[in-house]
Amino acid sequence: MAKARGLVAVNIEECKGCNLCVVACPVDVLHLADSFNTHGYSPAEYDGEGCTGCGVCYYACPEPGAITVYKNWAEAQESYICQTKQVASKLILEDSVKGIATCEACGKEVILSNFSNLSFAE
Amino acid sequence: MSVKILGKSKGFYDTYERRPGNNHEQTHYCPGCGHGILHKMIADAVVDFNVAENMILISPVGCSVFAYYYFNAGNIQAAHGRAPAVATGVKRALPESIVISYQGDGDLAAIGGNEILHAANRGEAMTVFFVNNAIYGMTGGQMAPTTLIGQKTTTTPYGRTLQNEGYPIKMAEIIASLEAPVYVERVMLADVRSKNAARKAVRKGIKNQIEKKGFSFIEVLSTCPTGWKMTAPQSEEWIKSTLVKNFPLGVYKDIADQVEPLNLDLNLATPERVPKLIGLEQDKMEFDTASMKLATDIDQEIKIAGFGGQGVLSLGVWLSEIGMRQDLEVSWIPSYGPEMRGGTANCHVKLSRAKIGSPLVTYPTVLVAMNRPSLEKFEDDVVEGGAIVWDSALIDVEPQRKDIKNIPVPATQIAKDIGNSRVSNVVLLGVLAGFSDFLDPLVVR
Repeated sequence: MAKARGLVAVNIEECKGCNLCVVACPVDVLHLADSFNTHGYSPAEYDGEGCTGCGVCYYACPEPGAITVYKNWAEAQESYICQTKQVASKLILEDSVKGIATCEACGKEVILSNFSNLSFAE
Repeated sequence: MSVKILGKSKGFYDTYERRPGNNHEQTHYCPGCGHGILHKMIADAVVDFNVAENMILISPVGCSVFAYYYFNAGNIQAAHGRAPAVATGVKRALPESIVISYQGDGDLAAIGGNEILHAANRGEAMTVFFVNNAIYGMTGGQMAPTTLIGQKTTTTPYGRTLQNEGYPIKMAEIIASLEAPVYVERVMLADVRSKNAARKAVRKGIKNQIEKKGFSFIEVLSTCPTGWKMTAPQSEEWIKSTLVKNFPLGVYKDIADQVEPLNLDLNLATPERVPKLIGLEQDKMEFDTASMKLATDIDQEIKIAGFGGQGVLSLGVWLSEIGMRQDLEVSWIPSYGPEMRGGTANCHVKLSRAKIGSPLVTYPTVLVAMNRPSLEKFEDDVVEGGAIVWDSALIDVEPQRKDIKNIPVPATQIAKDIGNSRVSNVVLLGVLAGFSDFLDPLVVR
């Protein structure tokens, strides 16, 4: 079994439920949700554990921003920079299925699929 | 170890504000469409090569015509099949730009077949992405030149036959047979491995252009789950099992390493060269800044609208002629239906002290409405403080706007009283001359 060191975060509003990532995932940790998003699609959902961070789902996905893959989640957690306080902080994973974490410094919720608005130390 | 994240490329807008409607989060493509995958590859490549700022995407007709909703780049929409011609112009005018012609198979192989052949034959330094899904996707799944023998489409319900429609056309092979192209490859978007190969081809095609190597052509076998009536994973399987057998993958030509970079400046039409080329003296091309300041006082953008036979276009011609006699720059452009009489007609007139860039009048300073549909259609377009001159003998409603000059003229009635209702346009010309300060009544007379 490959090492589960990644994290995949699906932006459920961008996902159209085409199933390509589910089929492509080599370790089978994605599935289509039972619920609908506001556009009427059943989005892809992370099982919550087992992601190796290989990125295959990102390349399989036709939507520009639906899938974000943290290839090395542990490093990402450690090098997070808090937007509110502009200080080095840490991410505490709250819900791995929905891709929600909280910022240690300000305590605010961080949506992990909203990757373009997050910053990390180099 | 640094953080590695795969996510939305900076080559895309954060939200797709250009997309009409409420959904600014998703692309307009169907679930599982290959366009999105190729879009991501292109966006990633231009960001990685640091040329996203210079990218100009030419999107002709096809599902991808709306690519400009998503790419944070320059874009020109071209007529059906004409992207290579437009791309030629853009690349020659702006040699440093990264010009990408993004075309579907109905667009490139059918209506644009001639354009692509000649652009390729000239070796224009552009990158062409040819998305081949063997069907006309946007219009609902009709047969394309690339449709396979036996493939059922809405226009070949019993399957494409050799006798009726001929063989599927193989563009990569055709382009590769020409001398000028430097790189021709066919890839597919079907599984992890093939998408990886496609990503490399996309990057090579764009890199070739950055290095000014010449014409690169990448044919991408892509899915159309809706047109093929399959699920997205099924369509990827169909590419692998069927489509690829008819369109073999591979590098059909690659001489990029053997050719010298092109000197693109040779073709460049600079502002200094253009007047000489078309026989104009240089000094006449320069703007007189003093007159441009005055121009705001006198610039008029006039839209005249009515039905055919009212003299709509003639009134526009007269206004232009009067403008010319007053030494103004003028333009006149008609827009009318196929009928000489009875159809809708309107014309756009510009009177300006400065050079006129475009003859189109979208937001008129003066609207001359000669029938009710014209008033209703164009009333909201009039600029604040503009004027609406309307024929109150024919129009039984009033303009609703309060921020404009409202000038009702019973033009047809006046013309009838004079003896001929057909001269209502002359009455309106008189009114325009009377109330406005931009027409010299002496010249009008």
